[in-house]
Order: sequence, then C-alpha cells, then structure tokens
Amino acid sequence: MTMENDRTIGFSNISKFYGEVLGVNKINLMVQPGITSLVGPNGSGKTTLMNLMSGLLQPTQGWVEVHGLTPASPEEFYRLIGYCTQFDNFPKGLTGYDLLSALLGLHGHSAKETKDLTWNAIEQVGLVDDAHRRVAAYSKGMRQRIKLATAIAHRPAVLVLDEPLNGLDPMARAEFIALFQDLAAEGFHVIVSSHILHEVDMISDQVVMMSHGYVVAEGKIQGVRHEMDEHPISIMVRCDRPALVARKVFACDHVVEASISDDGKGVVVRTRNVDEFYLMLNRVVLEDELNVEGVTPTDEDVHSVYNYLVGANGHAS
Amino acid sequence: MNSPVNSLKARPWDLWFRQILAVTKFEARKNFAGRRWVGTLLLAGGPVFLLTVRVLLGDTETEDVGTLGIIFASIFQSYILRLAIFFGCVAVFTQLFRGEVLEKTLHYYLLAPVRREIIMTGKYLGGLLNVSVLFVLSTVASYVLMFVPSGSRVMEAQFVNGPGVGYALTYGAIAFLACSGYGAVFLLMGILFRNPIVPAVLILGWESLNIFLPATLQKISVIHYLQSLSPVPLPFGPLAVITDPTSPWISVPGMLLMTLLVLTAAAVKMRRAEVSYAAD
Repeated sequence: MTMENDRTIGFSNISKFYGEVLGVNKINLMVQPGITSLVGPNGSGKTTLMNLMSGLLQPTQGWVEVHGLTPASPEEFYRLIGYCTQFDNFPKGLTGYDLLSALLGLHGHSAKETKDLTWNAIEQVGLVDDAHRRVAAYSKGMRQRIKLATAIAHRPAVLVLDEPLNGLDPMARAEFIALFQDLAAEGFHVIVSSHILHEVDMISDQVVMMSHGYVVAEGKIQGVRHEMDEHPISIMVRCDRPALVARKVFACDHVVEASISDDGKGVVVRTRNVDEFYLMLNRVVLEDELNVEGVTPTDEDVHSVYNYLVGANGHAS
Repeated sequence: MNSPVNSLKARPWDLWFRQILAVTKFEARKNFAGRRWVGTLLLAGGPVFLLTVRVLLGDTETEDVGTLGIIFASIFQSYILRLAIFFGCVAVFTQLFRGEVLEKTLHYYLLAPVRREIIMTGKYLGGLLNVSVLFVLSTVASYVLMFVPSGSRVMEAQFVNGPGVGYALTYGAIAFLACSGYGAVFLLMGILFRNPIVPAVLILGWESLNIFLPATLQKISVIHYLQSLSPVPLPFGPLAVITDPTSPWISVPGMLLMTLLVLTAAAVKMRRAEVSYAAD
C-alpha cells in the first residue's frame, strides 16, 4: 500500500501490545510536513508510536509508512528517517566523533563523505570543541547533543525526536528549537514528543494528543480547540471601557460568561461562537467608539486544550 | 551525497560489502575496548605464558618429538578447544546482540540503513576476527613453544625435516574452524535467549560428554569434527566410545555448512527483532 501523498507519514489502524499490555491501539493518523508534537502523559503511547514509526517495534496490527516506505526496506527507509531516542546509552569507549563517524560509515558513504557529514553534524549541535572527548565523559546536555547529531548527521527528511530538549540548558533549548524550526521551514518532517507544553505550543505546526494508547485529538491547535464545543472559548479583550463590552456581550446567547479582569483594564469573555463574538465586538467598536488595545484567545494553547481533553491527571475526558 | 543509494540501485553487493566492512570494523574496535576481551585474552594467552615460562626455565627433559606432539595434542584438545576457545566464544559471541540489548545500544544499528542480515554478518565477522586472530596465533605460538626447550636439533627435526610446520598450520586452521563454529552457535544463543549462559553450559556438557555417546550422537557436535581434523589422534580412555574420525573432506565443509545454517537462523530471527529494552 502506498500513501496518496508520498510526503506524508501515515499510520493505518496501528496497534501495539506488549503481551497483554496496551501500547497504542487502532491509531489512524496522517502527519504532514512541519513540526508535529506528540503530547501526552507518561505511558500514553508517545514513545511506542515513535518506535513503531521508526521500525524499532513491529506493530501487532496495522502498518506505518513514511514517504511511501516501510522499515522492510531498511536501506532506503533509514536514510529517510533520523531518530533521537530517549535511551541515554552509547557504545563504550568511543569519542563523539568516533561514534558519529562509525554510524555514518554504516550508510556506505566514502571516507571523505563520512568525515564531512560527521563534522557538519558536530558543528550543527555545537560540539566541535568536545568532539574528540569520550562520550562517557560528556555531561547530560552534551550527550543530548551528540544523540541529536546521530539523528541529523545523514540529513534525513524525517526527524523523530523523543523528548529532545531534556537535560538542555535554556540557551541550548532555544538553539535546538531554532534548529527544528529551520528544518521544518525547509520542508522536513520534525516529530517531537515533549511534556513541556509551552515549548510545544511555541514550535508546533500541529499536535497529536495521546492518552492511554489512543489519539484523543490531532491537528492545528486552534482547529482542535474550536472543535471542542463543550468548552466555550475564552477571549480577553483589553480596552478603555471593559464594563461596556461586558454589558453588551451579556445580551448574546452564545456568551456564557463575561468577567472584568483583575486589573480592571479588560474583560474575559467565554463564548460558544467565536465568529459571532468577533462580529459583535466590531459593531461595539464602531457604534460606541471603543478603544481596543488587544483581543487574545486565552485558552487556544496546547496547555488548555490538553487539560480540557486529557485532564490534569492524564485521564481523557 | 546520494552515492550509497545509487550504489544500492546499481550494484547492491558493492554497498553490502562496504557495510559489512563498516560493521566488522566497528565491532572489532568495540570488542577490543570491552572488558570481556580481557577474559578472552587470558584464556588464549594462558598456554603461551606457561610454555614461555617453560622455555625460560630451560625444561629439556623431553626430547622425543612424538611425545611432545602428543602432549601438545592433549593441551590442544582438552584445554584450547574445549575450554579456551569455547569460553572465549561464549564471552564474545553471546554478547554481540545480548550485550547491546543490556547496554541499550542496539538501536544505533537498527536505525542505520543496513539490512539486518548485513548487521549480523558484520557483527559475526567482527567477533570472529577478534577471537580467531587471538586463538590461531596463540595455538601456533604454543605449538612452536612446545618444541623450543628441546633445542635446535629437535626444532630442526620437527620444523625443517618433519611435519611441524604443517601440523602448526593444521592446528591453527582447526582453531579457526572452532572459532567460526562455536561463534555462530553462541551468536544465535545470544539472540534466542535472555540468559545465554544456560544454553552455553548445556552445550558444554554435550560437547564434553560427546566421547561417551553412541557414534551417531557424537556426530551431532562441533567437537567431533574438530577432533577428526587433529593431526595427532588421542586415546580418550577405556570408557570412551571409539568412533571413526570423519574425513576432512566432510568435516571442513560440514563445519562451514553448519556455521552457515546457524547464521541463517540467526538472520531470520534478527529480521523480527525489536528494541524493547524495558522488557529485558
């Protein structure tokens, strides 16, 4: 079977059981290029899904295809995919350079190509000065960098990153996020799992939310949020006359709540119909010459959507 | 930089050969760096060390080349084949995959654009390179050292005018075959079992009791074929079941075929291998 679009990653009815324990169940998913974040509590199936995608695990049922290829064709499949796993282990006795060079050697490159690619990756992750130190002597952050280098060294079109920012200092996190964004802008697939939701929010083009082995939501975060009818969308309007806005919006059926913000300079409106609300706000601005400083949705971020869908305790609602 | 892909399409064997070489090189390097190597080195170096001490002490009591040949054959069959090479192969080959699972590093291989059969072949060859170089050199050196204390006359009789060089090379070749046969078996054990020591002990028992088994059962072992190749046959005592040695024309291809079959079984198993370190 081949996916309709050769540039997608497709999961078709994929399930994985570890004996009787469920890893993931009946997942159907199509991942487009850009940065896709897998979000979910521990044990929700993020790593299992990544391991299935990268062929480290065999599905109990279903199949996965990456750009029309499967792990059954390893020589092509693994040139396409780079996987930075959660495992913090390395072959013993090797320096960072040796490790990368040996792994690139497995690709069948010439010695010159291997050397060029190795240094290129080392530069990208900022390990030039420590390339000839043994990996065993690396700090947690450096190990994370060399792991990332093993994933990107062969210039894969699909980068799978399992908690890639763990152990990195804030500067390095910002560097790495910029690197992921650059790769995504070049048309790469970057699939990231993370439990740091504000970072996910910052970098993701789309999210896949998981709970107990199931995908509970997927897509662009705003799209996911707008489909959640049972949770009215919350919008903060900062203006010169918040009480006037509050009074006007109360008259609308779709508004379920309006409250003046703590500083008295804004009103938080919860509405079931965002489009209607914006039309109404435009009317108020024109008719009452309202001075609006800003209009911001306050719960269209991953954190809020995650809490609505999965709940703070990790149980899907 | 798509030369490997082009190579794959045009001449896959060329790419596979380069990949096997890369895996072999990587493995040989890792084996030398690992602690397991120390044990193997001691096993292989033991006879060389003791025979060197004998040379240094100037033990010249035995000058009969026939007696010296039988003494060496005893050392070779009872220690080098049955213990040193056997346990050396257990230490190195069972860990080729099992060790990677325990150290949680197998995924580096499985995420490389390499067929799993190629990974397995490269790993096997890497292990074989390490172990066979060590044991072949140690065997040949031990054979030569056996005759050194007896003086230049005996050395000349054995190595210039006698069969010494041929025997030394034959013992070296048997050591190599032993490494390749046991290596393949223990590589498979390392893939099949979480604790390969248990099957290794069972195999050791089978190989050790081999001489007391009926002739047909004796032939279902590695040691039977290796003993058959020995240039100096040894008596095994009154309880041993005497079996005709198998011809080298059957023993050598038979050993190689057995090795190939075991490696094929390992490759089949490897194709379905998963990385789930938590379960191990």
